[in-house]
Amino acid sequence: MQQPNSVSCSELMLRETASQTAGPYVHIGLALHVAGLPKRDEELWNQMARPEAEGEHIEVIGKVIDGNGDPVRDALLEAWQADAHGEYQPEYDQHKPFNSFGRTATTAEGDSEWSLITVKPGAVGLSNGRVMAPHINLAIFARGINIHLQTRLYFEDEAEANAACPVLNAVESTTRRQTLVAKREEVDGKVRYRLDIRLQGEGETVFFDF
Amino acid sequence: MQDNNKCALNKRYVERDRDWHPPAYAPGYKTSVARSPSQALVSLWNATTSELMGPDFRKLRMGSHDNDLLLNYRDAENPGLPVGERIIMFGRVLDQFGKPVPHTLVEMWQANAGGRYRHKKDVYLAPLDPNFGGVGRCLTDEDGWYRFRTIKPGPYPWGNGINTWRPAHIHVSVMGPSISTRLITQMYFEGDPLIPLCPIVQTLNDQEAVDTMIARLDMARSRPMDSLAYRFDIVVRGELQTYFENQ
Ligand SMILES: [Fe+3]
Repeated sequence: MQQPNSVSCSELMLRETASQTAGPYVHIGLALHVAGLPKRDEELWNQMARPEAEGEHIEVIGKVIDGNGDPVRDALLEAWQADAHGEYQPEYDQHKPFNSFGRTATTAEGDSEWSLITVKPGAVGLSNGRVMAPHINLAIFARGINIHLQTRLYFEDEAEANAACPVLNAVESTTRRQTLVAKREEVDGKVRYRLDIRLQGEGETVFFDF
Repeated sequence: MQDNNKCALNKRYVERDRDWHPPAYAPGYKTSVARSPSQALVSLWNATTSELMGPDFRKLRMGSHDNDLLLNYRDAENPGLPVGERIIMFGRVLDQFGKPVPHTLVEMWQANAGGRYRHKKDVYLAPLDPNFGGVGRCLTDEDGWYRFRTIKPGPYPWGNGINTWRPAHIHVSVMGPSISTRLITQMYFEGDPLIPLCPIVQTLNDQEAVDTMIARLDMARSRPMDSLAYRFDIVVRGELQTYFENQ
């Protein structure tokens, strides 16, 4: 009898292609204007929500910081989040008001911050009836990162939902859970959330395997 | 339950073997030392909707030469062709069960024939090629095939050691059906003596894993008097079949 999720050895034929660092010139391929290359027709970038998108419009920013406390200036990040209703919008179309996917990068100049222009995601329901607190899934690629790091960004003004989120609760250390919670700021009447990602050492961000 | 999220309910992916991939901390590759987490990864053994879904790019509008690096940097001032060995880089995106992954986004970037990237941070003394940008993208077709036309990149030195060189390589990025299958790798060329000497290749512990990144010369697919062909199949994580009836 076939067991749930079972798979025989002969069915599993191939090994995954191995990962390699995206290297120092990742921008050439995935963030062309950062490398100084001309933009193509439709580039994947950091505006996930257009002004007409439903929901609370926010900016999300942060730095990526290495084990020495120095900013990582050549990181590429990918964001994946639900819309304001907690629904993922997999079909990517730049003519839609909202896309669940976005890209951003830290910069060689200034504060070296990444940023996303988006709406605050809604809570996401699970099949077992539980609910995940609003969150943005982030993947980090850079020189020196051999396989991309996967994390989540939560929102500090969602304390109640955060406390009940099964994924946040999968992080055993309550201190470390805080590394995933972005701080709310208001700048010129606009809402901004800030989360620095610490790759190593004190305050090291929680990274997930899934 | 929201409609879009429903399709994720019965999905599950084959576990990613973290010993097969390079470890985060690989001291021979010096930049990894301060950029590798020291804490263990937190396992989401029960992946959620968030990890089981991902972007679908089939509506992304691409330029007609986005997968043709011989032509896609050409403009009125630089109407020529890039210098270098003309090659066709092609292959299939498959999952671990051998199932083709259709309509998925494959992106690539590379140095020119002299080993120089068109990037403001690359200061290697090899010259830029006025006819070469070094970036491509395409979607796989119904059967998971992708194809680029380009030139073979040159090897280049880098500062990891006193005399370390990267083998000729093309950086390759593939999305796959969900954010769980996301992968960035590098494609190397069969027979390159620099491959075993490279500290980035050496971050892998397993020769078989290195072999998954090596493109093979394919004479049958080459174009006589025009281009050699290199085949590079990309394998992303397999989706397990599940048999839950009453989820
Ligand atoms: Fe490179």
